Amino acid sequence: MAISDPELMKALQEVKDPEIPTISIVELGIVTVAERREKLAYVELTPTFVGCPALDMIRSEVENRLSKVDGVEKVSVQYVMSPPWTSDRITSEGRKKLIEFGIAPPISQSEEQWIQAPPCPYCGGEEGDVHNLFGPTACRAIFYCRRCKEPFEGMKPV
Amino acid sequence: MNQLSRGMDISDPIYQKALKDLLFQLADDELCIGHRDSEWLGLAPDIEEDVAFSSIAQDEVGHATFYYERLAEIGEQDSDTLAFGRGSHERRNACLTERENGDWAYSIVRHFFYDTFDALRLEALAKSSYPPLAEGVAKIQREERYHLLHMHLWFVRLCLAGGEARKRMETAIWKVWPDISGLFSWGAWEEELLQRQVIHTSSLVLQQQWEERIRPVFAEAGIEWIEAMPEPVKKGRLGDHFPELNHLLGELSSVYALDPAARW
Repeated sequence: MAISDPELMKALQEVKDPEIPTISIVELGIVTVAERREKLAYVELTPTFVGCPALDMIRSEVENRLSKVDGVEKVSVQYVMSPPWTSDRITSEGRKKLIEFGIAPPISQSEEQWIQAPPCPYCGGEEGDVHNLFGPTACRAIFYCRRCKEPFEGMKPV
Repeated sequence: MNQLSRGMDISDPIYQKALKDLLFQLADDELCIGHRDSEWLGLAPDIEEDVAFSSIAQDEVGHATFYYERLAEIGEQDSDTLAFGRGSHERRNACLTERENGDWAYSIVRHFFYDTFDALRLEALAKSSYPPLAEGVAKIQREERYHLLHMHLWFVRLCLAGGEARKRMETAIWKVWPDISGLFSWGAWEEELLQRQVIHTSSLVLQQQWEERIRPVFAEAGIEWIEAMPEPVKKGRLGDHFPELNHLLGELSSVYALDPAARW
């Protein structure tokens, strides 16, 4: 990752995921570059999913927030595919906040195996089933906890 | 763009023509199948499949947008115009993707066969000499894995279920089969794409790879392999399509056509 401007990163910490308002885009791991080029704040973001409909919203929120940082006159936000976002980019703080919101953070999966259920975000139970590989957003799947008998959402490992 | 300098020479007119044709194939395939997926919303056999097919539709249309944007980057019109504003003869999708959904069995069989092909096609593009394409493919592969897992599961379960499910699956497989070979074509520029390493697998090898992957699943599902694979009736990759594509485009573009210059 390029060396990012700490002041810009601090401001980006206030930009939350539109679907999961407890987690910031920094914690989600989608900010790959945030640097000053004189009076321009230049930001590169890597989408969680290529077709994520929140991309434009996130872009305008980043523009709004960074334009309020001292010394910034212009903001440029680029979406890039490289490096590709993977669920390993979510920070440990981000993983905690996902659980607080009731979404299980992704667990690492082997390529050969079918998708495994992550621990339940409510009771921590590990005896879960995959209920649906697809959920309310592209990046989430639906699981079922056999211990507390609750369905729950989890971020898809990608 | 320094990204481009790492790849082949985009200013070479043949490289550019071949690349654009390929990007149209990718984009048009994903847009058509994504639109067909979205037609299941509210009609799928259960609510979980409503969710799944909507989510898959969103992924596929998102991938189409990605490919259209790469076209816009190298001199084509903006992605909306490319998605909504082109006639059927300009479309480069394989005819399989434009077919109507039919019943659930047909949709599952079509999608499973398409996703298996798409996974192989993405592998053939992963080391493309055009870096923006290779980078997007690396990302898209991670998403497509889920589609394939889902369709594979349905394919095998419905075949093994016996009764009406199996009968419908057998009918669907026979119905889909004549459209399969049209998937493997790389269009009018295959030689050039291979020479310039935009792609790394010929259409012939792609078809062999597809058969190698599908055969064991037929065995798993207790379905007898169909030896003959007929030549496609219409060559979608060359712009020759069934009337179903016109209907699809009419529906897909109905809002856009009201006022193509409107900003949303």
